[in-house]
Amino acid sequence: MSTTSDSVTEGLPVSKKKAIQLEGVTIRLVGDSGDGMQLLGTQLANTSALLGNDVATFPDYPAEIRAPRGTRGGVSGFQVQFSSHDIYTPGDELDALVAMNPAALITNLQDLRAGGTLIVNEDSFNDKELRLAHLDSNPLTDGSLEKYHLFKVPMTRLTRDAVKELELNIKLADRCRNFFAMGLVFWMFNRDVAPTDRFIDAKFGNKPDIAKANSRALRSGWYYGETTEAFVSSFKVDPAELPPGTYRSMMGNQATAWGLLAAAELSDKTLFLGSYPITPASDILHELSKFKNFKVHTFQAEDEIAAVCSAIGAAFGGAMAVTTTSGPGLALKSEGMGLAVMLELPLIVVNVQRGGPSTGMPTKTEQADLMQVMFGRNGESPMPVLAAKSPADCFDVAIEAWRIAVRFMTPVVLLSDGYIANGSEPWRIPEIDQLPRMKIEHPGPPNDDRVFKPYARDEHLSRPWALPGTPGLMHRIGGLEKDFETGNVSYDPANHERMIRTRAQKIANVAKEIPPQEVDGPDSGELLVLSWGGTYGACTTATKLCRADGLSVAHCHLRYLNPLPADLGDILARYKRVLIPELNLGQLQMLIRATYLIDAVGFHKLIGKPFTVGELVDTIHRELEAIREKS
Amino acid sequence: MTTELPVLKASDYATNQEVRWCPGCGDYSILAQTRKTLAAMQIPKENTVFISGIGCSSRFPYYMNTYGMHSIHGRAPGFATGLKAMRQDLQVWVITGDGDGLSIGGNHLMHCIRRNMNLTIVLFNNRIYGLTKGQYSPTSCLGHVTKSSPMGTIDNPLHPLSIALGCEATFIARSVDVYPKHLTHVLQRAAEHCGTAFVEVYQNCVVFNDGAWKYATDRKIKSDSIVELEHDKPLIFGKNRDKGIRFSCMKPEIVTLGDDVAESDLMVHDETFDEPYRALMLSRMHHPEYPEPIGIFRAVKRPCYDLEMTHQIEQAEQQLGPGNLESLFHSGDTWTVE
Ligand code: SF4
Repeated sequence: MSTTSDSVTEGLPVSKKKAIQLEGVTIRLVGDSGDGMQLLGTQLANTSALLGNDVATFPDYPAEIRAPRGTRGGVSGFQVQFSSHDIYTPGDELDALVAMNPAALITNLQDLRAGGTLIVNEDSFNDKELRLAHLDSNPLTDGSLEKYHLFKVPMTRLTRDAVKELELNIKLADRCRNFFAMGLVFWMFNRDVAPTDRFIDAKFGNKPDIAKANSRALRSGWYYGETTEAFVSSFKVDPAELPPGTYRSMMGNQATAWGLLAAAELSDKTLFLGSYPITPASDILHELSKFKNFKVHTFQAEDEIAAVCSAIGAAFGGAMAVTTTSGPGLALKSEGMGLAVMLELPLIVVNVQRGGPSTGMPTKTEQADLMQVMFGRNGESPMPVLAAKSPADCFDVAIEAWRIAVRFMTPVVLLSDGYIANGSEPWRIPEIDQLPRMKIEHPGPPNDDRVFKPYARDEHLSRPWALPGTPGLMHRIGGLEKDFETGNVSYDPANHERMIRTRAQKIANVAKEIPPQEVDGPDSGELLVLSWGGTYGACTTATKLCRADGLSVAHCHLRYLNPLPADLGDILARYKRVLIPELNLGQLQMLIRATYLIDAVGFHKLIGKPFTVGELVDTIHRELEAIREKS
Repeated sequence: MTTELPVLKASDYATNQEVRWCPGCGDYSILAQTRKTLAAMQIPKENTVFISGIGCSSRFPYYMNTYGMHSIHGRAPGFATGLKAMRQDLQVWVITGDGDGLSIGGNHLMHCIRRNMNLTIVLFNNRIYGLTKGQYSPTSCLGHVTKSSPMGTIDNPLHPLSIALGCEATFIARSVDVYPKHLTHVLQRAAEHCGTAFVEVYQNCVVFNDGAWKYATDRKIKSDSIVELEHDKPLIFGKNRDKGIRFSCMKPEIVTLGDDVAESDLMVHDETFDEPYRALMLSRMHHPEYPEPIGIFRAVKRPCYDLEMTHQIEQAEQQLGPGNLESLFHSGDTWTVE
């Protein structure tokens, strides 16, 4: 433990208290959905990223926009892990918890480790709020918090004092409370307030009173930490050793939007997004709507069906066509997606998965749509499926999805989930000229009178992307079966089977164009953890920890779910046991068992939350034990 | 060097595909008149796209030597919207029917019209489901006995033009499959309209609903049961053109021209009338109480969605400069690791 006296906090004096060096911190900020916890969390995450920490976040929204104040149902949370080494998850156990009211405290306390720092807004622990939280006694006084390092801070009163001179009404004054909490948290972890000052300026610039009040509350919180005796020392987390480069903080949905935008630029295409608002995918629509100066055309359709259909229409016209949604919306798009399979037009369908079935749990994460995207259409209707593994990875996967869509003239599904869509992490800004350029060719007017064959196929089995407006290439496409040669409607029995097999083979051919599957850890041995999608971080961390303990555990994370990588069968065969952890009841597990006839075991969790590293480590131990018992 | 463009004939818009409608189906005439219309307008084949849904009428694109898409049931307006949004250089037509457009696809039709996408929508109304062999449709008359309504239908029919007006349509018109000249005229006007042009065509399904429009097609009675709308002209009809429509007591009234009633007393048709209620009133005139109007009910100017979309993009480019990935990536808070 080393102490230091330097402080990165600009515009505020240097802290005179000692700072204890930590490797990393996991902190959760919880309050009422109207308390501004998401804003507080985002600021803490961005500021930590700017300080060079590796950062991972996990916002946890309540189901209702504004559940009744003070109730357990209305609690909104934001978890941040910042660290001086590589991290892949927002952390399991909390080192610190900031709770703005009793309901927030009681619904989150179980995740705080013994001895962890607990900061509460003392003013909110009154009879009324305790009753709303269904608490019979006050945890601040009944001794139930003894195992934590408790700081009772009268935040409401102190915030009101801080902004008193501005003569705001009580409601407005109390809204600044999250900035007070932020000031205190920033003091405690030696974070710089300058980025938050810039944020306040940008957000409240046209409301000078509010801007001033927030800035005062922020400083007041900081000084509270600095001057209150109870706070003996602050904590310090050094920058992580990330690969050199320029970074920015990136959320998953934003990364998806930017990746799509980049793919359009890299392929000299105009981006068309047909979408219908749905949680948790809407932010992609919002983000792309900002990029009109990139000629991005966003169309908010009347429903999910029109959204996918408009995208297919745009694809027919030669645009880079995208539709974005979540599970229930995907269900509605199924028929349109089937048509896209038949038309053989490039299209990206982004599914940001959420808790299902039906409306399920819109604000919670799950990865239970794999079977839906694989098989949820009538007839033999295969399409490539890719899944992003982390917020920043959404960028690369979006570009890759477009590469496959145009090379194979096919709709492609890109799976994300609520956890990575709303989570954030540092993103190393790529050099534009290092990104893969894509050359797309459209056939030009023919030189002779030969009838154009819209379904003639190249070496990938892809058909030409002939655009309306091209003289001599007039053709009709549609959902009826096509003749293999002419592309005209055909009911010929043998032709139908030939076309089905051709479309299937075309998608199978994608496996020839994807990189070999990577494996972390021993390339053969006892246990292989096989994962996909947003569980990457937890699986990576858990397997690394186990290997550090000397266990024989490898980790293989799939980006390509259809087709599966060509070398995957060989990889799986090299381990005694394959463990597939999933936030569903075993959907990849079923695919793997069916495809490779191996007895893969699963580990499943369906509580709307990501895996913790701890539970995966325990499972790995259990599986290794089982292998030993068997032999 | 200038090259003479070849003159396009109606037959140039035909494909080599065998037309598969039942002999005597009204669709044949609509197909022929559409080809004639394109020839009359000399629209290049490659710049024309026909998009349809599912149903007998939706086979249409296969028979037009243009670009085309035979899509899925009821969704043609969605495909057409995406295409037109990206390709304003194309002349885009939507071919639909009473089931496709008003039943399964009602929502898309409604929103397409309200956006005023620059499309021509032709709805073939035969008051029956043909392709699925004779179930009632949303325009079937009350009490219609069909395979799926052996005791007669109990649901109220929709009136396509009233629906379109309810969606703020800027152009609505009606014609009949067997009126070649009238149909060609209406289709051409529709194609020329900037915005969604919605055309209802009375189409006879000889197999499952023969004679549904007999009153409008039978030589003996049609002049008494149809009134042809002409801009700026009074509403006159009847074999001897001696009957007219007068507006009295907030509703149309049939009058006989003569001593008491002069032409100047009659309603004068104004397709450019800004508010939709005049057109709505005309759309509510039904046989047998009234002669049914055919022609152009309404043709007004409003902004089109596709042009507005382009306009916003141009505005954004002017205000922010053309998009640049590099500067987007580096905008806002960034940090550098050495
Ligand atoms: S079923 Fe009716 S509408 Fe269909 S092709 Fe035959 S006659 Fe025409």
